[in-house]
Amino acid sequence: MFACIFVPNFPVAAVFRAEPELRAQAVAIFEGKPPLEKLLAVNESAGRIGITPGMTKAQSELCSELTLRPRSPLQESVTHAALLDCAQSFSPCVEDAAADTAILDLAGMESLFGSLPEIARNLFRRVAELGLDGNVAVASNPDAAILAARGFSGVTVIPPGKESETLGSLPVEVLFANGSEGKKKEDEEQKESARLLATLDRWGVRNLRALAALPEVALSERLGQEGLRWQQLARGAASRTLVPVEAPAIFEEAIELEYPIVLLEPLAFLLNRLLEQICVRLASRALNTQQLRLTLELQNLAGVDPQLDTCGIPSESDASQGASQKAAQYFISGRQSKFCRTLSLPLPMLDPKLFLKLLQLDLNAHPPGAPILKIHLAAEPARPRSAQGGLFLPPSPEPEKLELTLARIAGLIGESRVGSLELLDTHRAEGFRMRRFVPEATQEKRSPKIGKPLEEKSAVAALRIFRPPLRATVTLENGQMVRVVCAKKKEVQGNVLWKAGPWRSSGDWWEREAWARDEWDIALQNAEGIALFRLVHDLLGGGWFVEGTYD
Amino acid sequence: MSSAVFSTSAPQGRPFAFDNENGAEVCPQPSQPERFAEARPPQRVIDAALPGAFFPGVMTDSRLASVTLASRLAVRPAPEMVSSGIAAMDELTGGLPRGCLTEICGPASSGRSTLMLSALAAATRRGEFCAVVDASDALDPQSVAAAGIELDRLLWVRCGENSHHAEYRVEQLLRVTDLLLESGGFGMIALDLGDLPPQTARRIPLTTWFRFRRAVEHTSTVLLAVERQSIAGSCSSLLIKLGSLKINMSGNRACNTGFQLSPTHAQLLSGIEITAELVRSRMERKPVGSAEIAFASKTAWAG
Repeated sequence: MFACIFVPNFPVAAVFRAEPELRAQAVAIFEGKPPLEKLLAVNESAGRIGITPGMTKAQSELCSELTLRPRSPLQESVTHAALLDCAQSFSPCVEDAAADTAILDLAGMESLFGSLPEIARNLFRRVAELGLDGNVAVASNPDAAILAARGFSGVTVIPPGKESETLGSLPVEVLFANGSEGKKKEDEEQKESARLLATLDRWGVRNLRALAALPEVALSERLGQEGLRWQQLARGAASRTLVPVEAPAIFEEAIELEYPIVLLEPLAFLLNRLLEQICVRLASRALNTQQLRLTLELQNLAGVDPQLDTCGIPSESDASQGASQKAAQYFISGRQSKFCRTLSLPLPMLDPKLFLKLLQLDLNAHPPGAPILKIHLAAEPARPRSAQGGLFLPPSPEPEKLELTLARIAGLIGESRVGSLELLDTHRAEGFRMRRFVPEATQEKRSPKIGKPLEEKSAVAALRIFRPPLRATVTLENGQMVRVVCAKKKEVQGNVLWKAGPWRSSGDWWEREAWARDEWDIALQNAEGIALFRLVHDLLGGGWFVEGTYD
Repeated sequence: MSSAVFSTSAPQGRPFAFDNENGAEVCPQPSQPERFAEARPPQRVIDAALPGAFFPGVMTDSRLASVTLASRLAVRPAPEMVSSGIAAMDELTGGLPRGCLTEICGPASSGRSTLMLSALAAATRRGEFCAVVDASDALDPQSVAAAGIELDRLLWVRCGENSHHAEYRVEQLLRVTDLLLESGGFGMIALDLGDLPPQTARRIPLTTWFRFRRAVEHTSTVLLAVERQSIAGSCSSLLIKLGSLKINMSGNRACNTGFQLSPTHAQLLSGIEITAELVRSRMERKPVGSAEIAFASKTAWAG
């Protein structure tokens, strides 16, 4: 058995998917070069007020109730991809029959998804979740399923052997609507179809039942093999092999805006819509995502060069520290510039609300800097994480919550100032870098040893660092330091009671950032009492610094 | 509490504690022999208030019906205590309580950071994830590694730069702490206010500490605050004060006040002796008052 998903009035459906608020209005889609634009498709409301496909745009503009939208190949391709995803979520064997049509082989699917009517209803519901009004038909052969989906609205299930009877009431035009409305037909093919339709009309053949009842030999004599093929289709007896396609795992959604968006708040509404659509598509393929790429096409304002606007570009220090996994890029293409943000997640996730919040926080920190004309969002698919928490394992932060918390903290104090530590292989002071805090990965790597007593380690005296080091004035007597005064910090001054050192270290002499220093551990008597400090003499720069205090 | 009904402090002729204002149901005053009954063990007194006891007038009061008997009150479970990583400190305090705020205060070089890192190391060894909210950006990565903290399990939040005002950094610390407590899942969250001037730290409203205490309650998180002086007041369940400094030097005897002005070049700082005092503890069966201990820490290079 085969199922067919057909989306009638595909260009309109694609626009409705991007702008659901238009559903209640009369909408017409136009295409062509100005000033010769013509209406390509209209919705039912537009048809009721007398708007028909083929009218010129100028004619249709006389109707004030009508909303006009240009044909969007981008939206149509995205909708087509979503349709294929939907079909793939039920069967691995899917044929991409047309932009608005997908056929899937249901052989063996009954044991997984239930009876055929149940599968058809689920398919219908899943198509509706994608924001499309589609028809679903199930029949014993692909062509019968296509005809039923094109002819009957809603869900149709044709039992085996009942194809001719069920399809009989459909008009013969259904046969010639084969091929997509979204694709351009060859002119010759269109003419041939029109000629054949006119012939059948002259014969008084109005529906498929009449066509199926014609004598085969006489039909073959008059219309040739093509006529016989049409008759086989009308009887629902044509048989062919399905041509399955491997739907590419590309999850992209886009919106072209009629007017540029300036504020981030309206952008959030559109992003929410795109994210929900992508998440539905990913969920239908049982996938999550670990990376989201947002590309905004910006209006190139006169006198404003986005290259000069550095608010969206991470500083070099950020990039070198590697703390930020997000990257912003500006590049100019033609008259418009593009602004890209990449959101890398530590783990595969699938929560549109979380993604929206993360994107909002990211865009707040790195605003695009110019009005937005087009939004393109792509998700890199990833397998869902499979982790089972143990009853006796210590609790760990929930990854989704933690990611949002870290993004909020990063928005508060800066991306490079939150994360986990990574020590560098160097003796240089401050030889560390910040990296992303990912709790889950470490948990899998090193689960705590349950039941094994934790070995007690003796406490290690900790140093508290002054960042940046405090410049100090050191008084020497007979080559021995006797007093240290630090102008910036009143607590760090007093007579030297005790000292140990110096310990000399140096490094990176082969590079520009060479360093050489002597270190002392000193005890100072100040107003509060005795405190231990680390004093450093910079041998290259020549200054004295208090680097930290032992605490 | 039902035992309050029998309080002898109620003056003659006045209604008892739970009597209503209208005086519709005035409890009978106990006679002289009955007043001696107060000297009986409390359990018997409570039993007397049970239905069917001598004072039916008391029990017919509708407001009394909703009063839970003391004997039936749920006992608040004592918080789970976890190791601070220092055996002597655990002996003194019984460990650090989960779901509570613990304050570690003391002047500079008193061992606050040592104790904090030790507690964090113990927590990461238990497999927990920890966070340090650093108001002064003072954490030393080398000390963190030397203390035995698993770096992958530690989230370090560096609030502001030292060029910023202390108030600004405190504000950031409080907001970050709110976010972390809301996120949950951390075994220990340490707030490092150790380098902040006491007058700035004292400006943190007590309501903030109360909010933190409420947020951390009923969770398995140990909330640790390191500061110069105690600032959380009664919101902290445990207050540890660290005190006098005693330096251990290799090759020399430990010295406290008798520092030599001209030490030899062979001196090496091998550790610090820390004195800890338990100032306040809300844990059961723990001493309240100045119980003191001393423990030694050693430097990373001391071996």
